[in-house]
Amino acid sequence: MAGEFAVRSQALPPPTERYTLLGWAHKNLFSTWYNTLLTFLAFGLGYVLVKPVITWLLEQAEWEVVKVNMRLLMVGQYPMEELWRVWLCLHLLAAIIGLTWGIWVRGRPWLAGALLLAPISFALLPTISDPNRAQLFILAAVALIAYGVGRFRGKGFRRPTISAWVLYFPTIILIIRGLTISEDWLPSVRSNLWGGLLLTFLLTVVGISFSFPLGVLLALGRRSRLPAIRWVSITYIEVIRGVPLVTILFMASNMVPLFFPLGIRTDPVLRAMIGITIFSSAYLAENVRGGLQAISFGQYEAAHAVGLSGFQTMALIILPQALRTIIPVLMGLFIALFKDTSLVATIGLLELLGISRSIMAQPQFIGFQREVLLFISLIYWVISYFMSYISQRLEVALGVGER
Amino acid sequence: MSQQILSDEPIIIARDVHKWYGHFHALKGIDMDVMRGEVIVIFGPSGSGKSTFIRTINRLEEHQRGQIIVDGIELTHDTRNIEKVRAETGMVFQQFNLFPHLTVLQNITLAPIWVRKWKKQKAEEVGMQLLERVGIPEQAAKFPGQLSGGQQQRVAIARALAMQPKIMLFDEPTSALDPEMIKEVLDVMIELAKAGGMTMIVVTHEMGFARAVADRMFFFDEGLIVESGTPDDIFKNPQEDRTKLFLSQILTH
Repeated sequence: MAGEFAVRSQALPPPTERYTLLGWAHKNLFSTWYNTLLTFLAFGLGYVLVKPVITWLLEQAEWEVVKVNMRLLMVGQYPMEELWRVWLCLHLLAAIIGLTWGIWVRGRPWLAGALLLAPISFALLPTISDPNRAQLFILAAVALIAYGVGRFRGKGFRRPTISAWVLYFPTIILIIRGLTISEDWLPSVRSNLWGGLLLTFLLTVVGISFSFPLGVLLALGRRSRLPAIRWVSITYIEVIRGVPLVTILFMASNMVPLFFPLGIRTDPVLRAMIGITIFSSAYLAENVRGGLQAISFGQYEAAHAVGLSGFQTMALIILPQALRTIIPVLMGLFIALFKDTSLVATIGLLELLGISRSIMAQPQFIGFQREVLLFISLIYWVISYFMSYISQRLEVALGVGER
Repeated sequence: MSQQILSDEPIIIARDVHKWYGHFHALKGIDMDVMRGEVIVIFGPSGSGKSTFIRTINRLEEHQRGQIIVDGIELTHDTRNIEKVRAETGMVFQQFNLFPHLTVLQNITLAPIWVRKWKKQKAEEVGMQLLERVGIPEQAAKFPGQLSGGQQQRVAIARALAMQPKIMLFDEPTSALDPEMIKEVLDVMIELAKAGGMTMIVVTHEMGFARAVADRMFFFDEGLIVESGTPDDIFKNPQEDRTKLFLSQILTH
């Protein structure tokens, strides 16, 4: 009898349910009469809505307008002879991403393959010019080499890679902007020539990078016991949240010059960046505050009991947990920020949407709105989905919801 | 019985300590002297002020009247004194309060590295020694959420010990544990008491623990100390009616 319990208590695998395609369809689509009805309705509706689009896509769409204006859409009026600088920034990004992937990411070869295939498949499109094609291949090669370095010599490169990420954005702004001092080395490209996707990226990246620390400070300030700090934070957050982004952009555009000494011409792109940063930080502050409220009081007590100072408690214990919890919310904010950059058209900057509208206004391209809009929608969607995907990977890596 | 008393000066002196939560008078004048190396057990019904009192000792709660002097340092609004006292006291909570985003070993080494400024290697060595002492060295790389309650509480004890405190405060350490895990935590605490040298103040309902290692016991009720004495005095010869009533309620099994 003694062995019987041991045998019975052994865990068995659960019963597997195997379906053929017909079996699956029967269970999920046609199980009852109303399910069957709904299935037919759904398919019918899908057909009615999708068929015209597919037909148009395959038969009537003419992508000439996109092909001819590709440079405008991507970099605006950035001078042709300086485009190598934009490519340089992309190569640097590919190198850093490759390094990061090699050092920290294990597995997921299909995703790596997909990311590598992206520039290569772009390169194979018939509409790409030859020098760009070469650049795209170089991009894939750089990423691959960097991945190899990261994977096989990883340990020594951890700190340099993190520093590289931190320094990347100031560096590319420098590269793209150029130097005003020495015109031979790196001639300056005035920001009114920046446009298209390049400008969208710059605005987004600067917006995220600066609004994040500012938002965290505001959230902490709102919870501070010092009345002055608390009231300043509350006022800032509530005022900015009460005003639409367009209004803030207008105000930034008109009022930022007041803060600089007379005679200094403030860059319109800088004003837009300031406006976006101010706007985003207010929303971010509230999200961080929500995350902070979710931290149980016992964490503070344990940290104090073990001797950590207030600052150490916040930096080592509370903020890591709070920020981890709100990653989905933050990412949503950043994705919205990315698309809100399209509003800077109202202060005269031609980022992706702005420049596509001016393309559509050209006489030779009247009637091709659909192609242009579909193209930029695709770009917005791909990048937004990529950000969303990164957020999910980040959550898994940091164990959100598990620990 | 635990180690002999180490010196003549009490390490904790509480004089006429009062605490209010708003209008609620939680502590109504507590007087207590704790000698170095003593193991004190505080027991009593819920709401009697036992947890409140033990938390005033490391300033997790503020007392509004009276004096509390820990190892010669008086607890007032002066934050430097508070920090010095907290460096000398370790606390184990009923809800464990481990840091969920850090591994077990990181939980233990965090404070020594950032507060005592130890090097990471030294902190990890000491941390692993402590994990062995509480019996779970193999869990070092796991996260608190992956451990059982008894294991988590033992990690909490190791975390408090890592700062090498002079006083260990235990606030109902086994009250949130499943019955089969209570013993493993009490065993660690008994070993700590018998090893000697550590002043321990334990708020608990575990009378077996008190009988085994307590030097003195204090019965709290309604914010006051009703009775105190050695375990022999309390169990065999309780003086006050309320003590007798409470003991009869918790000693039925």
